Amino acid sequence: MERDLATTLRANKKRVIKDKLVKYGVTGGGSLVLVTLLLIFGYLLYVVLPIFAPVSIDQTQSFKRQDPTTIYALGIDEQNEVAYQVDELGLLTFYSLRENDLGENLLQYQAFPSINKIARTTSSTGTFAFSNGQGEVKIVKPDFITTYPKDKRMITPQLRFPLGEDPLSVSDNKQALKQLSFEMNSDYAAVAAVQSDGKGVFLLLSAEENMMTGETTWEQESFELPSFPHHVDQLLLTPNLRKLFVRNGNNLLVYDISESNNIRVLSAFQINAKDSNVSTIQLLTGASSLLVANENGVVSQWFEVLKDNKREFTYIRDFKASKNITSIVPEYYRKGFMTTSKSGELSIFHSTGETKLFTESLTSTDSLVVAISPRANAILVADKSFIKLYHVDNEHPEITWSALWQEVWYEGYPEPQYVWQSTSASDEFEAKMSLVPISFGTIKAAFYAMLFAVPIAVSAAIYTAYFMTPSIRTYIKPTVEIMEALPTVILGFLAGLWLAPIVENQLPGILLLLISLPVSVLIAALIWSNLPKSLSDRISEGVLPLVLLPILFITGYFSMAFSDTLELWLFNGDTRMYLTNELGINFDQRNSLIVGIAMGFAVIPTIFSIAEDAIFSVPKSLTMGSLALGATRWQTLSKVVLLTASPGIFSAIMMGMGRAVGETMIVLMATGNTPIMDWNIFEGMRTLSANIAVEMPESAVGSSHYRVLFLAAFVLFIFTFVVNTIAEFVRQRLREKYSSL
Amino acid sequence: MGKWFKSGTPWIWMTGGAVSLSLIAVLGLFILIGWRGLSFFWPATVYEFSMQVEDGHQSTLIGEIYDTEHVLKEQLISAGIKGLENKPDSLDRFLIKIGNREYVDLDFQWILETSIKSTTVADNIVVFERTKNGNFYGYIDGIKVNGQALDIKPNGLVRELSERLERALALRSKEDDLLSGEIGRINYELERIRLQERKLQLDGKLTDKKQLELKGQSEQLQNEYLALETELFDYREQAKRDSVVVKDMTGRLVTMPLSYILDFYQPNNMTLTQKIGHWFHQVYKFVSSDPREANTEGGVFPAIFGTVFMVMLMAVIVTPFGVIAAIYLHEYAAKNSITKFIRIAVINLAGVPSIVYGVFGLGFFVYILGGSIDQLFYPEALPAPTFGSPGVLWSALTLAILTLPVVIVSTEEGLSRIPSTLREGSLALGATKSETLWRIVIPMASPAIMTGLILAVARAAGEVAPLMLVGVVKMAPTLPLDGNFPYLHLDRKFMHLGFHIYDVGFQSPNVEAARPLVYATSFLLVTVIIGLNLAAISIRNNLREKYRSLEH
Repeated sequence: MERDLATTLRANKKRVIKDKLVKYGVTGGGSLVLVTLLLIFGYLLYVVLPIFAPVSIDQTQSFKRQDPTTIYALGIDEQNEVAYQVDELGLLTFYSLRENDLGENLLQYQAFPSINKIARTTSSTGTFAFSNGQGEVKIVKPDFITTYPKDKRMITPQLRFPLGEDPLSVSDNKQALKQLSFEMNSDYAAVAAVQSDGKGVFLLLSAEENMMTGETTWEQESFELPSFPHHVDQLLLTPNLRKLFVRNGNNLLVYDISESNNIRVLSAFQINAKDSNVSTIQLLTGASSLLVANENGVVSQWFEVLKDNKREFTYIRDFKASKNITSIVPEYYRKGFMTTSKSGELSIFHSTGETKLFTESLTSTDSLVVAISPRANAILVADKSFIKLYHVDNEHPEITWSALWQEVWYEGYPEPQYVWQSTSASDEFEAKMSLVPISFGTIKAAFYAMLFAVPIAVSAAIYTAYFMTPSIRTYIKPTVEIMEALPTVILGFLAGLWLAPIVENQLPGILLLLISLPVSVLIAALIWSNLPKSLSDRISEGVLPLVLLPILFITGYFSMAFSDTLELWLFNGDTRMYLTNELGINFDQRNSLIVGIAMGFAVIPTIFSIAEDAIFSVPKSLTMGSLALGATRWQTLSKVVLLTASPGIFSAIMMGMGRAVGETMIVLMATGNTPIMDWNIFEGMRTLSANIAVEMPESAVGSSHYRVLFLAAFVLFIFTFVVNTIAEFVRQRLREKYSSL
Repeated sequence: MGKWFKSGTPWIWMTGGAVSLSLIAVLGLFILIGWRGLSFFWPATVYEFSMQVEDGHQSTLIGEIYDTEHVLKEQLISAGIKGLENKPDSLDRFLIKIGNREYVDLDFQWILETSIKSTTVADNIVVFERTKNGNFYGYIDGIKVNGQALDIKPNGLVRELSERLERALALRSKEDDLLSGEIGRINYELERIRLQERKLQLDGKLTDKKQLELKGQSEQLQNEYLALETELFDYREQAKRDSVVVKDMTGRLVTMPLSYILDFYQPNNMTLTQKIGHWFHQVYKFVSSDPREANTEGGVFPAIFGTVFMVMLMAVIVTPFGVIAAIYLHEYAAKNSITKFIRIAVINLAGVPSIVYGVFGLGFFVYILGGSIDQLFYPEALPAPTFGSPGVLWSALTLAILTLPVVIVSTEEGLSRIPSTLREGSLALGATKSETLWRIVIPMASPAIMTGLILAVARAAGEVAPLMLVGVVKMAPTLPLDGNFPYLHLDRKFMHLGFHIYDVGFQSPNVEAARPLVYATSFLLVTVIIGLNLAAISIRNNLREKYRSLEH
């Protein structure tokens, strides 16, 4: 007996423990749903947030300079291991930035014993031109070789002479050069200079490869620049060797040098900011934008804009840097740049982003010189006494709130616009990632879908819930609802390949349906009302859809058959041409009308199902009361039932909208996916969801593009979250209200 | 009239009309897909059109009427077609499938009814299904063996051809077996040996002995491969023996090796029974064979397999979680704010656009989870990803999250229908809560769980957008299940019926040729999904009936 009890107790203990375990297990499993939702939210945010992270820099290396000369320029290799400096005397010195031999002098070079003028090309060309007092110029490119001895990366500096080691004589009569600019690409090189007598010379060198030896020789041609100003402050050649900028105080002369036998002044204009003078100009990567720094710290961006069939340099926007800008340093591949000021401040900007991303005072002396690493992940800073290397965290400068949601004046565009164009073949492409056109597309698609779906779904719900005979209702309701299970890829495919050509060919017929279908229903109703009572009693109100089925079908058939006649009669036989030529409405085969119809079908069952439930569960006591007081069925419906159920109908519409906004396959297949902004029903759109589906597989992980696509997904997530939560709350409230009734 | 409007009658009719319209849409959609999808397999009559071209020149077109449309005369005239002045306002235009892709500019041609002089049913025409360039239409002229024409009477040609084709097909199937079976295995083994070697090297355990051993293994495999290769070439050589000479619509004699031909039939000589038999045969071929020619011809077997496989994997993942969550919500959850949050989470999980799940799956499952798995378990294969790239496992996981609410809602509904008296009875007899759940509640709710599962499967089978990011491809060289160890390859990419529709319908080079195939695939998918849904609905209705009777 005692033993039995003990066993029972032990067994019970085991059972209790098991019971507890199950309880915790199930509770844990249940909260997993919440965890999943939070995980999705958190993960999307985790990917999106870095694009809004502020720029930060932190110092990684620093060493004292041995000879405190003034530095003209700095440079750094791709791996941030070796740096070089060019001082004002023309001495080129390579330093190590590695931990083990930090600051060690690796290589030195002096082009001429005494250097008169130095010029530097854009950073992607990365070449220097040194001239001596006799107007001779040497072209030197500091370069880096990467080798892997013992599987370890080793970077060795070297000097290259792309035009040969012999000096070029730029001045015809051995005059010293007052100003100098040099630029080259693989086939051509050019030197622009001002001689001490004020003459402007332009030297064009073209590469000619010797077929036998493979050696390249440079043919040299010299030109005098026409209408050259007396005084020149700065010369600037574009890397594509098409334009030369000559700055004379606040005036800028633009020379067209693309044809060597027709060098001419394209335009001349003032570039200074209001109440200030220009201190320096610099080209942005890609060479289409000119940055103008003013003494008051304003940096303005200019580029050519097509105006009245003429390309004209136009002021685009400005950035506010610190006063007394000493230099502008553009990035290698992105449209970003840095400025340094006399007070030792460094500021980082991005032209598409339109904002100042960062500013900090790095030195107290007035001799701040900076260089940016080719990968834009480090900057090298030098002042009188120190050289420092900073790590820069600036992954996504082009994505700012204004770039995403406001009009941006992109390079080469006639005006500020909302544009989505994320990729291109070229490296120097300015990514255009405005979410506005695709958000607009989403709203447009959802709007037309709702326009189509709401009237049909809500009316059908009203009828099914309130008028329909219960025996038919048990069949009709699941039939409509089963459409919700239909894969949207099939709806999209039918819309794109079956419906779109029909709508295109029979547009008048489709438009006619809009009128003919309701009219035919009304006519049927009128006939029924005037039928003798014995006949009309046979058709009860509860089976109307079955009566109307053939009527609508026949009306539809005749409307479509009448389409051709109508087309001849109203649209000169070709509706598309008529729309385009006479009304000026663009017509795409896959347009919003198609999307509206197809996506409308996709959301009808959602709206129908929820709205029908809401109407059907209006307490019978309410309707009975109303009918007992003498109201007609219609009055009861419109004054009592619909009012009571309206929150439920609202919630149904919200749910439907949530679905329409996030739908992907239908819009992907039934529109042309062009991100345009136009309410025209005959044109397509690109939606957030379709955009993700199209571009996500090709975007590089971690790139700005990838993160912006995540942002699009995040926007969708938040939008549907809000919509669904509101709809759910409304439904909960309604349910409580009903149960209290 | 005003009174009539006030009475509400027209409005009631209008709402009724909306119901009819929805019904027309639903039924019309099913009929459209069904008709287009199924008629594709029917052997269409092949016509011979004698055409009158503008300059009085005559030509013959042989082909199936693929589509017909009305065109307005005005549009044709403005498009530059002459000689229509005294024709009626609207004309018929036919799209003819001519086939013979390598010999004509366009294998689908629009012809206007006015340019047709006469139309006849082409007797004895033969339709060849080929491994490339689509169908061929023509008359059999002779059979060649090793380049020598056989001396056979014209009425014996068809019989002879089908016998010889059988041999060619047998050779082809042997060749395919060899390629996908033995040779596939050898390639797989070789890759495994390479990875094994790399792994040992990474671990620093690659001794000379080991290396020699692996080298020996791989050499042995190479030798096996060489033997198989000779066998393969032998089959190919044998298959070259026979060829058929066919006269096409221009009268040109075309010699086609039988190794290119998959099937042939004479649609115009078939009786109705034969046509029905042919229809079933074509349907069978469609669901059981691999796609050909960039998916525009052939069957959809890999897509069916991929869909079923992925959906089953998903079901295995989603069922336990969904059921546990539902049990928690219905049996354990207290009425507090956490429960409320969980309910909102369920509703929201159901409402979040599917593409967002795709984005999440790509970023979290593929790159983070898969990337870490690769780092930990497959370092030898890096930088080539194993689980760090989209695959069937990640697709199943992504869709499992997507369908979780479906299972939860359905299971919870089932749980709420179980009368509480049953639970109370069990507890009163001394069972613990977990025992009550396990012995009483879950068995009774199992049809509801089944319903939820079926609905989840139906939803997952039709979802395409997230899959485009997490693992579906247009053409998967291997199935995720095969005879090579470990048999189940969850890292592989797969084909999917829904994506197949999108890809073939919108990305394929020859949309016109592929269109019927898309309808057929759509029909297949719709049938499966609607079937699953109907099954779920009927289970649910049965369940309701059952508990209704319990309550009384």
